[in-house]
Amino acid sequence: MIHQYSRNGINIVLDVESGAVHILDDLPYKILTYIDEENIAAECPAIVYKELTGYSDSDISFAYSELYSLYKKGMLFSKRDYNIPLQEEYPIKALCLHISHDCNLRCGYCFADGGDFMQGRKIMPYEVAKAAIDFIVARSGARKHLEVDFFGGEPLMNFDVVKKTVKYARSLEKEKNKEFRFTITTNGLLLNDEIIDFINSEMGNVVLSLDGRKKVNDSVRKTPNGKGSYDIIVPAFRELVKKRGGKEYYVRGTFTAQNLDFSKDVIHIHSLGFDQVSVEPVVLDKDNPMAIKKEMLPVIFKEYDELADKLITLRKKGDFLNFFHFMIDLEQGPCVIKRVKGCGSGTEYVAVTPDGDIYPCHRFVGNSRFIMGNVMNGFDTDKKISAEFAECNVLTKPECEKCFAKYYCSGGCAANNFNENGDIKKPHEISCELEKKRIENAIYIKAVEALQK
Amino acid sequence: MKFVKTLTSGSLKSSACKGGCGECQTSCQSACKTSCTVANQKCENEKNK
Ligand code: SF4
Ligand code: SF4
Repeated sequence: MIHQYSRNGINIVLDVESGAVHILDDLPYKILTYIDEENIAAECPAIVYKELTGYSDSDISFAYSELYSLYKKGMLFSKRDYNIPLQEEYPIKALCLHISHDCNLRCGYCFADGGDFMQGRKIMPYEVAKAAIDFIVARSGARKHLEVDFFGGEPLMNFDVVKKTVKYARSLEKEKNKEFRFTITTNGLLLNDEIIDFINSEMGNVVLSLDGRKKVNDSVRKTPNGKGSYDIIVPAFRELVKKRGGKEYYVRGTFTAQNLDFSKDVIHIHSLGFDQVSVEPVVLDKDNPMAIKKEMLPVIFKEYDELADKLITLRKKGDFLNFFHFMIDLEQGPCVIKRVKGCGSGTEYVAVTPDGDIYPCHRFVGNSRFIMGNVMNGFDTDKKISAEFAECNVLTKPECEKCFAKYYCSGGCAANNFNENGDIKKPHEISCELEKKRIENAIYIKAVEALQK
Repeated sequence: MKFVKTLTSGSLKSSACKGGCGECQTSCQSACKTSCTVANQKCENEKNK
């Protein structure tokens, strides 16, 4: 399978199974549309000479021979001729620790419904956090790198337990031969010098929530008494990033139906001095006025195109901006096994709530059908649920198997699928369309930069 | 080549036999928390470095 598309006069071809990417002149690009993937001849089909008037026969035959040689080398129309070994059960090596089901903001689009996941405001007691750490150590088998994300609600509302949990986990590293990598997602309201220093020394990545322009941010990210958060958090985020010394961070925003011109928000965040930015489509029920709807896709596509162009211009001037969803590593990304397995929810990755309940991931929390166990009652988890998630991968989903984006998207979000279609295996159409567009742009940026060299 | 510039020859196939160690980062932990994307991830397998 191949995927071909043109942007601003650059013709790009992705050979899906090998991962090869080519930039083609117009002539071979047109010839491609005449090639029957199941029946590739050494000589150019006669119809091409007949229909592509305006090109000399010798050019046509030469262009075809170049395509044919790519095919012979396994870089065009390649087929999967190997097995991808998948298991039914995996070691659990990543935790989303819901350290606080309470929040000091009331964002209009929160999927956790004001932070409490429809379960009442609660913070995680240290005993539960400690048991969760013991749980992941016990269930991670031979895996060395363990990941723990402090999530909420707002995790800084339970900062003491965050600190104690990190200390406890670190105390086990040597004896158990594990390396913990901590991350935290915060709205920034409670940041102070002590917390900033702690985050910068202990957290491998920090996700700072800001939606972009002041008006956009403050219309949604509000305090319980309705005030905007922009003026408090922007200086705090700047301070944190200034002191971070090059360690990973993301300023992460959400766009909704109310700011479909979100490329302006990305550029605004960059103008505040941040160069690691991620702005993502909101996830909401269809009937919410802020939800992204199918009819908005053309506008959003244009916006992603514009953002790609802006990024290229910036970088050409020597400035730098990294947009999370336009990052792509065409040479040495993850292995294909990782690429088909996807996010690992319910298999390698689970979420733990303040009560100790284990769910396949943070987005399933609150739906009791998905409770897999409780860290306070032993470390076993429901095998039926993990098998159900293990079975949900690119190779088992018919829509994904046919999709050009499969090895980059890795099969989409099981939670989006479930919420939209009642089935973790049935892809959520809007998310797919957005993902495909972002991947096209990510490859396009690489192509432009290669041609500039 | 006259009409074609290859950006990458693709390494998906060869990664199938070398990969699968499971040490790399869980994709949803990185920044997004609402979607799954692996295109931008790094391989952490010591043997492949
Ligand atoms: S974009 Fe959709 S169909 Fe394509 S791989 Fe991702 S989830 Fe599957
Ligand atoms: S199911 Fe969706 S939200 Fe949950 S870990 Fe996977 S990609 Fe992330």
